[in-house]
Amino acid sequence: MKVHPAAWTALVLLFAAVVGLQMIQAAQPPLASPEGVSTNLLYVRSPQVLQRATLSFQALAADIYWIRAVQHYGGTKLSNDQNKQYDVLYPLLDLTTSLDPYFDVVYKFGSVFLAEPYPAGAGRPDQAIALLQKGLRTRPDKWDLAQSIGFVYYWWLADDQSAAMWFNRAADMPAAPEWLRPLAAVTLAQGGNRASSRMLWTEIARNADAGWLRDQAAFRLKQLDALDGIDIMERVVQQYRGRTGVLPASWGDMMRAGFLRGVPADPAGVPFQLDSATGKVTLDPNSPLNPLPTAGRRL
Amino acid sequence: MRVIGHVAVNVFKESVRDKVLYNLLVFAALLISASYLIGQLTAGQDVKIIKDLGLASISVFGLLIAVFIGIGLVWKEVERRSIYTLLSKPMRRQEFLLGKYFGLVLTLVINVAVMTAAYYAVLAYMQAVSPPNLRASWPAPATDPALLKAIALIMLELMLVTAIALLFSTFSTPFLSAMLTTAVWVIGHFNQDLRDYGATIPSPLAAAIARGVYYVIPNFAAFDVKLQVVHAQSVPLRYIGLTTAYGFTYIALVLLAAAIVFSKRDFK
Repeated sequence: MKVHPAAWTALVLLFAAVVGLQMIQAAQPPLASPEGVSTNLLYVRSPQVLQRATLSFQALAADIYWIRAVQHYGGTKLSNDQNKQYDVLYPLLDLTTSLDPYFDVVYKFGSVFLAEPYPAGAGRPDQAIALLQKGLRTRPDKWDLAQSIGFVYYWWLADDQSAAMWFNRAADMPAAPEWLRPLAAVTLAQGGNRASSRMLWTEIARNADAGWLRDQAAFRLKQLDALDGIDIMERVVQQYRGRTGVLPASWGDMMRAGFLRGVPADPAGVPFQLDSATGKVTLDPNSPLNPLPTAGRRL
Repeated sequence: MRVIGHVAVNVFKESVRDKVLYNLLVFAALLISASYLIGQLTAGQDVKIIKDLGLASISVFGLLIAVFIGIGLVWKEVERRSIYTLLSKPMRRQEFLLGKYFGLVLTLVINVAVMTAAYYAVLAYMQAVSPPNLRASWPAPATDPALLKAIALIMLELMLVTAIALLFSTFSTPFLSAMLTTAVWVIGHFNQDLRDYGATIPSPLAAAIARGVYYVIPNFAAFDVKLQVVHAQSVPLRYIGLTTAYGFTYIALVLLAAAIVFSKRDFK
């Protein structure tokens, strides 16, 4: 049977209309989800069901869930959504480690994703600890998992007693590095001082096998350097006051008085700000090192 | 033996004519594209994921070939009525059946061998391009020879699946054979649950039946050591030896059953 020429024309027109409408729709802003309502979907939440459903392909399924977890974390973190939801992050990591209990990186990186404060992370150090403890149940001799638990207690929960206990426990494990024992002692004796923080981040920067974790450690070390720099500059400002009787109005005053050779800058190269009324030194608001952790006792 | 060899070679040639080996191209493309894409999608563990993906692909491609060619081995000859010509030649039915089986096994061996070579080539590339500090964090080198243990057991599993598909194809239609073979393969992965069934139900009879089924159904889960080799966990030679003995014994049992069914089948 011969097809009517109008049918072909209609077919082309309808096809063009479908594509055109889709293009218009794609250009529209996405519909906002109601506050507190998650749009993240997880069809299977039971590790037992998933273990059985994946038959002999559990390792591959674990890889897929790990990629999903990374995409979920990264996508949520980088999104401009005001209503960021990390609610499926822990279930995804739990499923991944149930499918492949030896998947070390999931415990290590996953705990970082979970512990990081909201909105940069899930803000759930409790879940980070639960994930790491699950890893330790499978691999009781993995010192780095115990050290990571200590780190979460130290850095995010400011619980020095528990942190020192976990650092000590990690130090007792086979092949544990020598620096863990002194770290435990320093943490217990001095709490969250800057020296122990520097020690921790230096070791992470040296030993982490992922580039982004090393970058994160390098960033934290720069923040510590910035805090050191602020302390030094505030001391110099007080010396200026002691000699002249007044606080400096600007860095220029201190340079002319011979206290400084140039405008002091943070490790990112951005000049520090001086409050001439109080003598306090702070980071420039445009410095990439902002925000400095103000929880204070960690640094 | 010569007769079996002739039939086997013909089955292999037929699979080449049917473009079965094209799956090797898909496998190679999958691995090469994955080795690039995985690095963009995940945080670390690229080599672990490539290892998992490669082993799973070898298993899946082999399984598809074993099931979908295995079920047609006998049925095709009956459907085309070429079975009459074949059986009128100086060839016993058992020889015909074994020839069909070994022909498909030959196809599978060649497929798995080429896939393994491509797999190791991609892993060698990953090893070469990875920085030394990253390589130091791996539990084993990318080209760890222990991966061959998993591949050998996958091959044995495929040989058993082929034998089961052949058994079903001696008396059933291709659709039903595919369903039955797949069902046996799936149930074979739930064997552990059948063994532990007694702990969850009060009826001793049901528990005894479940335990009986556990011993009868092929234990396909035993052939899966992918997780262990990827994480450089030890897979003792005793385990491999025992599983190999179990696999070959089960294959012999299924082939014998197939030969009996086939010898009794009336083609008039």
